Amino acid sequence: MTDTLRQEPSLAGHDDGAVVSPQAESGLWSDAWKQLRRRPLFIVSGIVIVVLLVMALFPSLFTGADPTFQVLDRSGEAPSAGSWFGRDLFGRDVYARAIYGAGPSLAVGLLASLGTVLVGSLAGLTMGYFRGLTDSVMSRIAEIFAGIPFVLGGIVILTSLNKPGEIVGSTRLVVQVVLTIVLLSWPLAMRIMRAAALASSQQDYVKAARALGAGPLRIMFRHMLPNCLAPVLVYGTIQLGVFIGAEATLSYLGIGLKDPVVSWGVMISEVQARIIQMPHALFFPAAFLVVTVLAFVMMGDALRDALDPRGR
Amino acid sequence: MAPLLEVDDLRVEFGRGADTASVLNGVSYRVEAGETLAVLGESGSGKSVTAQTIMGILDTPPGRITGGAVRFKGEELLGADRERRRLLRGESMAMIFQDALSALNPVYTVGAQIAEQFRFRRGMSKKDAMVRAAELLDQVKIPNASQRVREYPHQFSGGMRQRAMIAMSLALDPELLIADEPTTALDVTVQAQIMELLDELRRERDMGMILITHDLGVVAEVADRIAVMYAGRIVEEADAATLYAHPAHPYTRGLMASVPRLDSSRGQLDPIPGLPPSLTNIPPGCPFHPRCAHAEDRCRTEVPALRQLDDPAAGPEGHRAACHFAERFVAASPEEVLTP
Repeated sequence: MTDTLRQEPSLAGHDDGAVVSPQAESGLWSDAWKQLRRRPLFIVSGIVIVVLLVMALFPSLFTGADPTFQVLDRSGEAPSAGSWFGRDLFGRDVYARAIYGAGPSLAVGLLASLGTVLVGSLAGLTMGYFRGLTDSVMSRIAEIFAGIPFVLGGIVILTSLNKPGEIVGSTRLVVQVVLTIVLLSWPLAMRIMRAAALASSQQDYVKAARALGAGPLRIMFRHMLPNCLAPVLVYGTIQLGVFIGAEATLSYLGIGLKDPVVSWGVMISEVQARIIQMPHALFFPAAFLVVTVLAFVMMGDALRDALDPRGR
Repeated sequence: MAPLLEVDDLRVEFGRGADTASVLNGVSYRVEAGETLAVLGESGSGKSVTAQTIMGILDTPPGRITGGAVRFKGEELLGADRERRRLLRGESMAMIFQDALSALNPVYTVGAQIAEQFRFRRGMSKKDAMVRAAELLDQVKIPNASQRVREYPHQFSGGMRQRAMIAMSLALDPELLIADEPTTALDVTVQAQIMELLDELRRERDMGMILITHDLGVVAEVADRIAVMYAGRIVEEADAATLYAHPAHPYTRGLMASVPRLDSSRGQLDPIPGLPPSLTNIPPGCPFHPRCAHAEDRCRTEVPALRQLDDPAAGPEGHRAACHFAERFVAASPEEVLTP
């Protein structure tokens, strides 16, 4: 009975119709990619993100205007055919500034999210796997960082890195802001990953992997990590927007990115005293920020679904 | 020659202080190559803890091995270094679990999980490993194996999952297979198929097998020898025929009386009264005495040792039991109700 079944070629219902050979590549990531390509959520968010990345890398493709060129007698001008998004307090073109702001904003948002998720996940996974003393010691260390208020911590770190009044290059400043954010926010990602890892490490598949002689690294990264990724991925994509906002907070306090570097955060903080007079100067950078965050949240959602074979 | 596996006076505790639970209180058994030893017992009798200690996957803490020895082909395992033990797992000894759905990683295809053994332990390429995985699935009689390697555990039926789990554990040709309640989560017809498969694979590969179960029906078909556990001790051990024909321990007799039988004229089952003892507070004397209809004063004070019985009907391995009055029970047939 089994023999006859075994001889049968592939039954109807396989959409490709051909006998699928076991040689065909099949893995967690390649299967996830196949899933992703078919999802409208992924396609839409992917296109938006690609456009944003192109904007960040080659802003001159989108605008010929100089984002720092001031025309003071056109201060606060409403949107018009000449300047689509209007002009800000110093008469600079808001459209050009929003385009040029994509680079630093995305750099801070992406790198800070990536760093936070990476550091937090590694710590959380280690704690969830080893438990006991490792877990206790690392939890206490994380609590120290989590206990520092974000703004205060940011001021202390950034002002001690740069002397007041010191002129700092934009790359160095972006790196400093990113590291500050990562240092102050990794405990959150760690907690999320740790909770998932603690649950995962109690699952039978971890025990089964151990019973078959898998070592700690293989269990942690091959068996536990893919099962723990979903919550931290969602957290990371949502935090992306929060971090772009955090960069704005630091800019406002004069310790983050500053002129002549443009970022959406810088633009939003510049205009906040004059929202009533020139709402357009707030609206456009904020809209860019919202679209960016939305695109990454959608991307995170699609990725999470694709990594869970049960949901397909 | 040293036996394939020898467990000697194994003792394991959980927790510390007043709440210390003595989970294993001197468990001894041996398994030879090609032999199936069934370990029977209620939940909490220590069957699985023994298995996990043998495999070296017991969580410590909370568990603590306080004594005894586990020897694999004469090699002492309890003191061996971690890396040596890790290499033995999968290669020389493997384990299958009760619930195959949770024991298979949901994010990988069944094939990828079997192939993992070949890739990481044999250094095979991904491609070759997948071909081997398909062969293994075919060996455990999964139809359309070459396609099903690419499916995920949740796409398999319960029986198929357990077959996949078996394939995974047999990938590196272990000499000892521990099956921890492999059929408990399955329905009856599938149970029989899985047991048949396990028995067949054991014969083909001349593996030693420890079959952990609480189901007497499952055991009867495939076990060569049976060890009955109660409160972290072996209370009786004999070859399967002997144990079924004349059980020597009242607990074993109780287990048999509580199995529904088609040929029984009596309409009622005879469950064993009471509950298994709390492992933090095992009664003095024979741990079974509070539930035993035949208990006498001696049972309340003196722990009966597991001793060789003078049972002429027993096989070459003999018949061992831990009851002061074992001889009396051996002489009686299993259904006979003894009056003390």
